Amino acid sequence: MGDIIFGIVAIVIGVVASYGLYWLLNFLISLLPRKISEKLNVLAFLTPALVLLIIVSIVPLIQTAVWSLMEIKGKRSEWVGFQNYTELFTDPNFLGILLNNFLWILFVPAITVTIGTLVAQLSNNVGPKREKIFKSLIFMPMSISFVAASTIWAYLYAYSPPGRPVIGLAQQLIETAGVAEPFPILQIDDFRLNSFLLMAVVVWLQVGYSMVIISAAIKAVPEETIEAARIDGAGPFQVFGRIILPQVWGSIMAVFVTVLILVMKIFDIILAMTRGNFNTSVLAFEWYKRYFENSDTGSASAVVMVLVILITPLVWLQIRTVKHQEMLR
Amino acid sequence: MNKLKLLSGKINFGSTLALTILVGIWSIPTIGLLITSLRLRSEAEISPWWDGFFNPLETVWSLEAYQNSLESGMLDSLVNTIAVTVPATILPLMIAANAAYAFTFLNFKGKELFFAILVGLMVIPLQSALIPVLKGMVWFQKTFDIPLTGTYASAWVVHSAFALPLAIYILRNYMLSLPTSLIEAARVDGASYYQIFWRLVLPMSIPAIASFAIFQFLWVWNDYLIAFIFVGEQKSVMTYRLLRMLGQYGEGWQDVAAGSFISLVVPLIVFFALQRYFVRGLTAGAVK
Repeated sequence: MGDIIFGIVAIVIGVVASYGLYWLLNFLISLLPRKISEKLNVLAFLTPALVLLIIVSIVPLIQTAVWSLMEIKGKRSEWVGFQNYTELFTDPNFLGILLNNFLWILFVPAITVTIGTLVAQLSNNVGPKREKIFKSLIFMPMSISFVAASTIWAYLYAYSPPGRPVIGLAQQLIETAGVAEPFPILQIDDFRLNSFLLMAVVVWLQVGYSMVIISAAIKAVPEETIEAARIDGAGPFQVFGRIILPQVWGSIMAVFVTVLILVMKIFDIILAMTRGNFNTSVLAFEWYKRYFENSDTGSASAVVMVLVILITPLVWLQIRTVKHQEMLR
Repeated sequence: MNKLKLLSGKINFGSTLALTILVGIWSIPTIGLLITSLRLRSEAEISPWWDGFFNPLETVWSLEAYQNSLESGMLDSLVNTIAVTVPATILPLMIAANAAYAFTFLNFKGKELFFAILVGLMVIPLQSALIPVLKGMVWFQKTFDIPLTGTYASAWVVHSAFALPLAIYILRNYMLSLPTSLIEAARVDGASYYQIFWRLVLPMSIPAIASFAIFQFLWVWNDYLIAFIFVGEQKSVMTYRLLRMLGQYGEGWQDVAAGSFISLVVPLIVFFALQRYFVRGLTAGAVK
């Protein structure tokens, strides 16, 4: 009970204080001579955001880059140049991690977008009532946390040793298919099978998002263009492939990039389901392990910098896309 | 024309069938866990959940697992999650709305550059900043003797900072669509920028604020990493506790399952009640 009251009080104080802060900033600036205050006006609105971004995002990012060039053990730290990086790239385990990240990037966005487009297009044909129900059910996982989703899927993949009753659906299916000896499927790293089992969770979570965006785009396709194609004798597949798809391609790519960014940072699912064992680790998890389990700040920073460098082309792409949208305004 | 109608009827049936199968597959994982959460431990251990699904009448249904889960700490975690989530939703919106206003209606030097940095920050993984922020906080609390780590407040600040780029971006996009003539008229009437923001722009931006609020609420509620690093064990949130439960199956699947559903209730309510606004927010350009 005490916690609840404390929480409510904290919320109220927080909101009142932040309102007060903006009021104070404005008041202080209005005290200045008019010529100066005209110029500084913008600071009254921008300062809190700038301060927060600088001390919690930008400076720490630079600090991480610096630490990635150092070896830090307890209180002692020294410059080691690119040693952390050379260690990473000569470590076969780390190369395996990069391979996993690569597989995630290669498969998850493409599969997510494909299923999303399929659902968006199909649900367009079934009438508004059914459309709403189908879409809600596919979209529902969007509100589930990665940790809860991992619980849900860990149960699906659960392994019971011989002699114990089977409770995992995946194992039941395998046994029904006639494989005599059961095995813990999350431990099979041949062809990185276990990584694909983890990818299924993310696809399951993200298809709803991709469906919603693509569905909005499909609904915006002008009816006349579809009607005209039909009159010219185009079948449903031709209408979709030649008329609808080209017009929604921009949205599909936007979803693709968003899912791609998400997948590059994927972390919680690995932590919850395999803890990076059996060759399922990825960059973001490796960062976590190296810092929180091995307390190795230098090499953890280097791992995350590799991730930042890999993601940089997407930063550029994002800025370009936004600039393009601005020009259309 | 008849042929066309016949054809579209076939498509309709085919589409419904395909979607039914797909939705079925999509729902199986959740249904499995839901059924498990409603069974007794003695049953969940020896028979798979689909026994309960196919023979609902012969199964003993019970809320025991929910009771166990709540009593063994899930209730405290629910309170902790709320205490982290609500301010971590309100604060960034307040800060972002102010900043978006400056970006939309005021002119200043370096606006373009700032904006490019903001868009870039939407993509950069937050892991790149977390260790220095954590170490900075530890240093701060040693130097000034003010506890930061292990408190709600540290999670509020960190969540707010990482939410800002996207929040500013979405709110600014919305504010750009507001009629500038109205704001100019208010200027002519002698209103200050401060008054214009609170009386005019903020109330008119409520739709965008609402959709981002839902988005941010779900994000913080479902977050594990920031809660793990900055709030930790003392005030463990639900994702934190769930992960610990998942690590020790000793308690049985039905408790973990019940825990998952307790953590899901609020997001699902928010989701189904406000789905329309959520979708609007997503289509407004969510990149997270």
